[in-house]
Amino acid sequence: MSAANWRNAMNAGAGRAAMLNRGATVALPAPRQLSFQWPRIGARHIAALVFLGAFPWFATPFFTYQIAAQSLALGLIALSLTFLAGYGGMISIAQMTIAGVAGYLMAILGASAVAEISLKWPWWLAVPLALAGSIIAAAFIGWLSVRTEGIYTIMITLAVGVAFYYLCLQNYSVFNGFQGFQQVYAPTLGGVNFREATPFYYLALFWSLAGYFFVKYLLRAPFGIALQGIRDNARRMNALGFNVTAHRIAAYAVAGAIAGVGGVLFTWYNGLVTPGSVGTSWMINILVIAVLGGMRHPIGAFLGAIVFVLLQTFAIDMIDRERFNLVIGVVFLAIVLFSPDGLLGWWAGLKTKLTPRGGMR
Amino acid sequence: MRKRRFVKTLVGAAVVAAFAGLAYAQQGKPVKIGLLATLEGPFAAGGQDGMRGAELAIRERGGVVAGRKIELVKASSDAKPDVAVNATRKLVEQDKVDIMVGPLSGGEGIAVKNYSKTQPGVTFINGGSGAQATTLQDPSPNFFRFNTDGGQWMYGLGKAALDKGYKRVMVIAEDYAFPYSQVQGFMAEYCKLGGKVPLKAWVPLGGKDYSSVIARIPKDVDALLVVLGGADAVNFLNQYEQAGGDKPMIGGSITVSQDVLNYRGKRRDSLVGTLSAGPLADAYDAPEWRKFVADYKKNFPDGYPSPSLFAVVYYTNMKAALDALDAVKGDLSDGHKKYREALSKMTLKLPTGEVKLDQNRQAIGPTFITEVVKDAKGNLFNKVLRRVDNVNQTLGTDPKEFKIGSRDEPNCP
Repeated sequence: MSAANWRNAMNAGAGRAAMLNRGATVALPAPRQLSFQWPRIGARHIAALVFLGAFPWFATPFFTYQIAAQSLALGLIALSLTFLAGYGGMISIAQMTIAGVAGYLMAILGASAVAEISLKWPWWLAVPLALAGSIIAAAFIGWLSVRTEGIYTIMITLAVGVAFYYLCLQNYSVFNGFQGFQQVYAPTLGGVNFREATPFYYLALFWSLAGYFFVKYLLRAPFGIALQGIRDNARRMNALGFNVTAHRIAAYAVAGAIAGVGGVLFTWYNGLVTPGSVGTSWMINILVIAVLGGMRHPIGAFLGAIVFVLLQTFAIDMIDRERFNLVIGVVFLAIVLFSPDGLLGWWAGLKTKLTPRGGMR
Repeated sequence: MRKRRFVKTLVGAAVVAAFAGLAYAQQGKPVKIGLLATLEGPFAAGGQDGMRGAELAIRERGGVVAGRKIELVKASSDAKPDVAVNATRKLVEQDKVDIMVGPLSGGEGIAVKNYSKTQPGVTFINGGSGAQATTLQDPSPNFFRFNTDGGQWMYGLGKAALDKGYKRVMVIAEDYAFPYSQVQGFMAEYCKLGGKVPLKAWVPLGGKDYSSVIARIPKDVDALLVVLGGADAVNFLNQYEQAGGDKPMIGGSITVSQDVLNYRGKRRDSLVGTLSAGPLADAYDAPEWRKFVADYKKNFPDGYPSPSLFAVVYYTNMKAALDALDAVKGDLSDGHKKYREALSKMTLKLPTGEVKLDQNRQAIGPTFITEVVKDAKGNLFNKVLRRVDNVNQTLGTDPKEFKIGSRDEPNCP
């Protein structure tokens, strides 16, 4: 949503409040921007949903699991960053750390190959606790970093992420050190084994859609509008009576919930969690995914994840085996160079060129 | 939506390619072998040499086994288990390899072994990974390992240390699974024969400051068992020298590397006599080993002066895969039944000696005990003291009583 849009929304809200104060009895329609916009669902949305729903029926299990399900799980983690950075103006490198907190909690509270540490609690207990843990961790990181701006936010979240990495690497009593936890598997529910490609894909798809629509809803709710206001002019929002710090910490917590769900899915996808899963390379990969896709719309995170996973998987087939990282780097560079707003920006540019009245929605 | 269509087209194209590949494998004769090593990350150099070793085994057969052409599909990881499983899954499910060789490091090996259980139609053979748990805990029926593990590499060193008169030894090792197994390989025999280990110091991986450890070295120990990576071992030597230390050293399998042998400090001469053990020894004098080294140099002029540990273990596992294929005349029918039987029962002849598999499909093989000596020019090198044959994974103890090495296991203060 553009700055002009949220300003309208704020004014509409303020106008309404003013009228209510005056005791006006006229029922005003809810401002358009503040309600979730169901009527916008068109043919292309239905086509996309049908495609996503039918995907496992025409794709191989490999594509269903390694490409699609992995993209969805990674996309969900990147979505939390898109939400924070694109709409809150806070670039947190530690989103993979938050996902990793959820993953480690799953391994410690649930079942894994490390029988001495894992508590083997059932999934319905372990998952909510893992998510609670990731929300608390995210709120803590938010609390540490909200008073900083720009590059300092990046630095402080990077520091927290690296600290967590070393904690996992060197603590043996809780995090099992260098080896981490193997055999952290998705549960079997009512005869459906969520370790298998198709059930896991649908699980990931369900939570990705939930995350996507949740973010879309939130961006038009008063909280999201205020957050975008804080992004654009924090001082002014403060003057208007908004608690900027609290809003930002709340945004971190919300992003933590999304990253936590993504983290649980990603841990189940891998079937393991090790210090490598929360190392700097993955922390930066999440940033790459979000930037690659574009931060102007929540779908960007998932597009970025698909491109990232496809490249990671197939770049090695395109070029000399020892040099395949070159392809990945060149593609990333090309996308960012030719479209500073990632794939979404490139798409929007293409659209405006093709249709004079078009634009990114 | 054009972007969806783009993805769909891409997916469709890849699916078609996959099916085309499958049809080819069934009609034609080539046998597809997947090869996974670390071409990125901390073990990138080792992974590259591992690939050389595996390729050498294929070149020895001229790229053909039992009349079937060998088609090699390579993949890379960065020593992280999740990346290794993703790369393996691509080779198995997308490229449809018949046999999978890899991965390189310990955590990866355990993860790939767990994955192999979900793919009973493919035979997995280890690459270079040496974690004990891979085959000791919850082994997989279609995962085979023809290289010995980190514990086996040190077996025989305990006796050699006692022969030198080291009755009490302090352990200084990095704090993760591989050094645990190395220390266990040493102590299993050493403790049984009456040696004592009063103190073990576990240092963090990648730590550079050993002063607190050096301060704790007791006066009454005869030697130090140092299990650190080569460059870190040099760091330790420097700091120990500055602190005025004079105890002799016993090294782990990757400790007494060329880095250490090129050490120029005052303690250089005291390095003479340093014992260590491993699955290979550069200075081994058997003609098979000499020929292997010569072949390696001829095939890979850009390689190392002598094949590294990873080249040897990848060569070992790839050779096992091909020898067994030859034994069954390329017959992979009936879910690889005959092939796996051949793998389980074969005696693999290697430049370093003979290897057989135990009931968990883990190698029983030779270990070399080496000692640092000075040659005529004053250069230090590792001389082979002796070869210990048929070292098994439980290090000579009853499999029922055997526990995987950890900080506190084994223990004999």
